[in-house]
Amino acid sequence: MSAKNTHISDVLVIGAGLAAERSAIECASAGLNVIILSLVPPRRSHSTAAQGGMQASLANVAMGKGDSPEIHFADTVKGSDWGCDQEVAKMFCETVPSMIRQLDYWGVPWNRVTAGKKKYASGIETEDTKDKEGLITARDFGGVAKWRCCYTSDGTGHTVQFVVDTQVCKLGIPVHDRMEAIALIHDGETCFGCVARNLRNGELNVYLAKSTIIGTGGAGRIYAASTNAVINEGTGGAIALATGVVPLGNMEAIQFHPTGMPPVYILMTEGARGDGGYLLDKNMHRFMPDYEPKKKELASRDVVSRRMVQHIRAGYGVTSKYSTQQHLWLDIRHLGRQWVWKNLREIATIATNFNGIDPAKELVPVIPTQHYTMGGIRTNKDGAVYGLQGLFAMGEAACWDLHGFNRLGGNSLAETVTAGFICGKQVAKYTLGQTRNFNMKMVDGFVKKEEERIKNLISGKNGRENAYEIRDAMGTAMMDHVHIFRTGKSLEQGVAKLQELYKRSLKIGLHSSGQGANPELAQALRMPGMVRTALCVAYGALMRTESRGSHFREDYPKRDDVNWLTRTLAYWKEGADLPTLNYEPVACPILPPGDRGYGEASAGPKGK
Amino acid sequence: MGRKLTISCFRFNPNIPGDKPRMQDYELEEYEGMTLFVALNDIREKLDPTLMFDFVCRAAICGSCAMLIHGRPRLACKTMTRTLPSKFTVMPLPVFKLIGDLSVDTGTWFRDLQVRAEAWIHTNKKFDFNALEVRMENETAEKIYDPEQCIECGCCVANCITANIRPDFIGSTGINRVYRFLIDPRDERSDADYYDVIGNEDGTFGCVGLMACDDMCPKEIPLQENLAYVRRKMAAAGLKLKFQGVKIS
Ligand SMILES: Cc1cc2nc3c(=O)[nH]c(=O)nc-3n(C[C@H](O)[C@H](O)[C@H](O)COP(=O)(O)OP(=O)(O)OC[C@H]3O[C@@H](n4cnc5c(N)ncnc54)[C@H](O)[C@@H]3O)c2cc1C
Ligand code: SF4
Ligand code: SF4
Ligand code: FES
Repeated sequence: MSAKNTHISDVLVIGAGLAAERSAIECASAGLNVIILSLVPPRRSHSTAAQGGMQASLANVAMGKGDSPEIHFADTVKGSDWGCDQEVAKMFCETVPSMIRQLDYWGVPWNRVTAGKKKYASGIETEDTKDKEGLITARDFGGVAKWRCCYTSDGTGHTVQFVVDTQVCKLGIPVHDRMEAIALIHDGETCFGCVARNLRNGELNVYLAKSTIIGTGGAGRIYAASTNAVINEGTGGAIALATGVVPLGNMEAIQFHPTGMPPVYILMTEGARGDGGYLLDKNMHRFMPDYEPKKKELASRDVVSRRMVQHIRAGYGVTSKYSTQQHLWLDIRHLGRQWVWKNLREIATIATNFNGIDPAKELVPVIPTQHYTMGGIRTNKDGAVYGLQGLFAMGEAACWDLHGFNRLGGNSLAETVTAGFICGKQVAKYTLGQTRNFNMKMVDGFVKKEEERIKNLISGKNGRENAYEIRDAMGTAMMDHVHIFRTGKSLEQGVAKLQELYKRSLKIGLHSSGQGANPELAQALRMPGMVRTALCVAYGALMRTESRGSHFREDYPKRDDVNWLTRTLAYWKEGADLPTLNYEPVACPILPPGDRGYGEASAGPKGK
Repeated sequence: MGRKLTISCFRFNPNIPGDKPRMQDYELEEYEGMTLFVALNDIREKLDPTLMFDFVCRAAICGSCAMLIHGRPRLACKTMTRTLPSKFTVMPLPVFKLIGDLSVDTGTWFRDLQVRAEAWIHTNKKFDFNALEVRMENETAEKIYDPEQCIECGCCVANCITANIRPDFIGSTGINRVYRFLIDPRDERSDADYYDVIGNEDGTFGCVGLMACDDMCPKEIPLQENLAYVRRKMAAAGLKLKFQGVKIS
């Protein structure tokens, strides 16, 4: 390892999405020297794809009148099915309004309240008064008591990521893009940074720092069909898990979004239903009110997704040229051409581009699709990772545990910046009090190990298994066995298949030379970690014999607060082919477990 | 049965000693709804694992995948193969530094642009955690959102005559970025401040106005209008500075 490839800073930030950049700003503003690494330039991070908006109880729009952090808190806890950390949720709900306003100060063009009487397509009539005019407005979203989802048309993630990145540019924080972290450097107690592979030329680099932040986003691509970007392979969690001392929390808690659009499963934002869109079946019947008379299409995502699959299973699914599997329809025609092409322009464009559908006059095919990883690298409320000092995690990659077993729409973007702010401050505080001596022999050991892996992949020393075949088989196993409806038997089969794939993933060999920034090598390096992550999801789901939020066991359909008011902690011991699961209690100090007000527990009449 | 497609790809990996630029043909069968995202991944996963290209969102949102498709800069992820002849070429975008095959370094180019154009809100106000947001007309917010939608794909830059010969020219995307801040009431810069940054040949006056960029934009940003606005403003600012006796370059 030549010196030119070693970079030393106070803080190393792995990832350049919203959570990562927001925390980097906090550290740089405290006078610390920060380096950001990322697979892609910051403005291409997956955060830019978020369309719908960010939850914050500003209470400006008429339908948000009387909103408060307390009501936001209650919605979040119910949404999580009492699986979240209530202290974190409280802190989050109290802080997020000022985060929205700070983003405004930095330049996000939030849509604003306009005064006057309004009639929404959903039939709701309201009047926004003059005293609120010009303040930040909000739209409706699933699972909420008040309208509090702040937005910029339907490009919220884009505008927020771009604006946060302007601050990173302004502060002059260096970003090393096309640089992939492939292993953490640690001694079992403290994290010292990471080994990274340069995706421009294939060279290995070493990053050493007093504090390391992981903000690498979700792991959606362990499923064959996901709304996530193709780079969301969960590598940040995988390298933390590989240390053997850091646990992933609640990996079985995977969110399926009701409206992914086949055949490529691009997301149709929840804003479409928030703005008054319906779901229709093959008979053009609007079926959600049959199952959920109160919240209809706007029950929480886990509930709507299950109701949709239930309805398809009951024989009401649509067969069409758009998909090899049966689907349902999203209908936003009644919102009118002007509304659709202005407020829902992004999805209107996507439907046109990818299916030739104009949603102002045609129906859009939709199907519940993997969307969000509630679980992640387990941290305390300061963002400090369990098991290793000097390591922090934020955003979708982390299990700070704002979301428990189901995340509310609009709470994730809000989490990224809020966690980046709150935990970023804690990282700064921690880092300012630290000195580090780096043991270069140990560092070299980590580099050698990665060099060895690469050499073996190229030479085929361990075998010639194909990285892409293993990825596809893993994705299919997750679709077949670890999806919306889960049963013990099917999960067992899924776990067995994944264990087999894990063994094969250790025998991958390249089918190309592996020279330079070879993309096959990148995939091959990720595969064992991805299968381990998938096993944490599948095995966690198998062992959790209850239903909570998005984790639904047909053989254990009830929530079980007596035995399962717990958080799963999955560890990976060296040489194992299954994670070791521990559990920690989930406290409910503010809102004791109760009825969510929607979903199977408080079901209305069954569908026809 | 779908058509048989022949995709002729530019190949060159500068990191492999002795590698030479060339075109390589790949044949594959087309199917319903096939995009170039699907086609190129099929090639990489089934035919040639060395092929380099970039996709992130595969939904025309992130700007990663622009390339010259059948001679025109486009986003590969939203290009349906059925809109192309059965034999076509794919080449990396010009102007940007080549990383390998179809992959180019737009990231560094755009970062440099943001820093040179100081593309962030300049204000002397301090943020107050306890204060309400400053009010703004919804119309103004929507007006800012329009140019803000640029995804930094580089299609407009690739097609621009000036950008192809002048390495420091900020391109229509850069001028559009400045426009976004010019119309934002939160940015306190004066026209003269902007003039300092882009009132030169690498900025707005480098543009020759032939509008080769205009209908390249996948986000349909009205580049022509926005460029004209900035040029008018900067020309006026330049005149004013001249009258004030400020020496301008
Ligand atoms: C289609 C879609 C729409 C959504 N809409 C909404 C919405 O409307 N509201 C809402 O609240 N939430 C929404 N979400 C969820 C939300 O967008 C994400 O959870 C959130 O943006 C994640 O942000 P992040 O900062 O944690 O990670 P990301 O934005 O995913 O960033 C991850 C970063 O890590 C980098 N990285 C990853 N691995 C490595 C590695 N090994 N080495 C170096 N760098 C690495 C990547 O390059 C990237 O920069 C949506 C999600 C999807 C899929
Ligand atoms: S109009 Fe200006 S920016 Fe656009 S292509 Fe021509 S020279 Fe380039
Ligand atoms: S202005 Fe349009 S074409 Fe140019 S970089 Fe931005 S999105 Fe791409
Ligand atoms: S992959 Fe994001 S724009 Fe094409």
